[in-house]
Amino acid sequence: MPDTNVAPLPDGLVAVVKKDCPTCVLVAPVLAAIAESVGVTVITQDDPDFPQSADWVRHDADLALSWHNQIETVPTLLRVNNGSEADRIVGWSQKAWEEFTGLSGLGTDLPEFRPGCGSLSVDPNLSDELAVRFSGSTLKSRRIELASLEDDIEAMFERGFSDGMPVVPPTEARVLRMLEGTSRSPSDTVAVVPPDLVECTVEKVAINAVMAGCKPEYLPVVLSAIEAACTDEFNMHGLLATTMPVGPILIVNGPIRHEINMNSGLNLLGQGNRANNTIGRALQLVIRNVGGGKPGGVDRATQGSPSKIGLCFAEDEEGSAFDTFAESRGYDRDASVVTLFPGEGPRLMFDQKSRSPESLTKHFAEMLRVNVSPRMVMQMETVIVMSPEHMARYRDAGWDRARFLAELEALLMVDGDDIIAGADGIEEGMPAFLAGHQLPKFPPGGIHVVHGGSHAGLFSTAIAGWVSGTTGSVTITKEITR
Amino acid sequence: MTVVLDPTSELRPETRERVARPESLNGLTVGLLDISKPRGDIFLDRVEEKLTGLGANVKRFKKPTFTKPAPVDLRHEIAVSCDAVIEALAD
Repeated sequence: MPDTNVAPLPDGLVAVVKKDCPTCVLVAPVLAAIAESVGVTVITQDDPDFPQSADWVRHDADLALSWHNQIETVPTLLRVNNGSEADRIVGWSQKAWEEFTGLSGLGTDLPEFRPGCGSLSVDPNLSDELAVRFSGSTLKSRRIELASLEDDIEAMFERGFSDGMPVVPPTEARVLRMLEGTSRSPSDTVAVVPPDLVECTVEKVAINAVMAGCKPEYLPVVLSAIEAACTDEFNMHGLLATTMPVGPILIVNGPIRHEINMNSGLNLLGQGNRANNTIGRALQLVIRNVGGGKPGGVDRATQGSPSKIGLCFAEDEEGSAFDTFAESRGYDRDASVVTLFPGEGPRLMFDQKSRSPESLTKHFAEMLRVNVSPRMVMQMETVIVMSPEHMARYRDAGWDRARFLAELEALLMVDGDDIIAGADGIEEGMPAFLAGHQLPKFPPGGIHVVHGGSHAGLFSTAIAGWVSGTTGSVTITKEITR
Repeated sequence: MTVVLDPTSELRPETRERVARPESLNGLTVGLLDISKPRGDIFLDRVEEKLTGLGANVKRFKKPTFTKPAPVDLRHEIAVSCDAVIEALAD
C-alpha cells in the first residue's frame, strides 16, 4: 500500500541508478549528456555523488522513492508527466535509450546492450526491512514487544499462542511476506471464527499461517479452508466442542497441489512435507488464537486425536483409475479445491492377498463396518484413502468409482437385529425399532474415495467421520482463489 | 528487540494475568522499582528495611526516567527475578 507521504517523482526524464552496478557506471556519461541537453533527474541509491555532484542528482537515502515506484532494476529510465509515470525502460540499450529520450547519438561508443543490476530496494538483505518500513503501518494487529532477554520461541509458548509445538514468531516482515501469497487485502474479513465468533481478517490468518510454518503460496489454501470450516454447514464449533476425537481434515485437489509441492504419494498422511504439515495446522491455530477454541475451554475432546493438530493431504489424481475426488464433488479437474471432512485419525486397512476387485471390496466392507463402532450406522461418513496397489485391482478390472461404490455399499448393509442395543449381551446399539431392517453403514453419498500413497504397499486407510448432516458437520468442498 | 503481531482476536489484554497474591513474603524476592522521581529512593530505603524485617529478599530496580514507561527489558528482568513487586511514586 503506497505511503501517501512519499514525494512524487519530478516531471520529465528520471533515471534510477546505483554506483555498485557496472551498467550504471557505464551509462554515467550518457546521463550527463542527457542532463545537458533535455534534462534528467538522476536518483542515486547508494553513493550520493554518483554519477557526479550536480543539482540534477538526488540521493534516495532511505530508498523510499525506489520502493514506492517499484524499481526492480538499475538503471531504470522513466518518463514522468504531472507526477505520474508514463513509461519506463530498464537496463542499457543504445537504441531504446535514443528512442525513449528522443535524442540521437547517445552513448555510441558504448556496447549496444547491457542488462542492468538489481535495485537496492529489492536487495534480499533489505527488502523485508523496507516492506515493514513502508507498508507495515497498513497492518492493524496489536504489536507485542518481546524483551531482548526473552527467547522468541519460548515467548510464544508462554503467551498461549502455541498448539504445543514451536511456532514461528510472526514478525511484521514475515507477515508481510506471507500476505504476498494472496491478492486479497489484509483487512478483508475471511470468516466469523468460532467459538468466540470473531470476525477474522486476512491479516490474522496470515499471522497464524506464519506461526504454523506456511510459505506464502500456501495462504490461498489456508484462507479457503477457513472459509469452509466457518460455515454453518461444516459446524466447526460442534466439531471442536464434541467429546469425540475429531477435527477438520483437509484434502486438496487440482493444480495447486503441484504448485505448492504437496505430498500425495509416499507417507502422504505422515510427516516430512511442509505444505501437508503446516496448512492444516494454520487452520487449527486460527481456531485456537482467533476463535479462542482451546482444549479444556470449548474444546472438550475426551482423548483427542492427531486430526486435531492439523491433517492435510493431496490426492494423487494422475495415478488414479477413478475420476478425481474433486470431480466426484462436482468440480473440474483444472480447479484447485480443498475439501474439509470432519474426521478421526487415520486407520490402516490391510489386504495383501486379494487379487480380484470382488475380494478386496468385500474385505474393505468388513474393515469399514467397524468405523466408530460396528453398531453405529447411518450417522457418520468415511474417507477411504486408497493406495496405488489397491487401486490397481480396480484399474485392471475396469471398475470406476460408481461401480466400486455400488458394490461396496451393497456389502455394507447391516442386519438391524445384530446391532440393536442389547443384542448379543451388549448394551450399546441402535434403537430397538430398527430390528428386522437392513441398514446401510453409511448415509447416502457418505463414502469418499481419495487416491494416494506410494507404489509399494497393499495398505489403504480409513478415516472415520463425525456425525454427518444437519445435526453434525456436512463435508464441504471449496474452490481455492488466489 | 523482537516485535510480533498479536495472532489473537485481541478481545483480551496483551499483558498476562497477575499471579495470585502471596500468603506471606517470607523467603520471597520482592522487587522495588524506583521510578526516578526525586526522593523516591529515601522512601524505598525505608520500605526495604521493613520488607527485610518480614523475611523478604529485596532487589532494587530503577527506571531511566519517570516520564516514560519502564523499558521492556527492565520489566522482563523484574518479572524473571522477583516474586512480587512494589512500584513507588513519590513527589
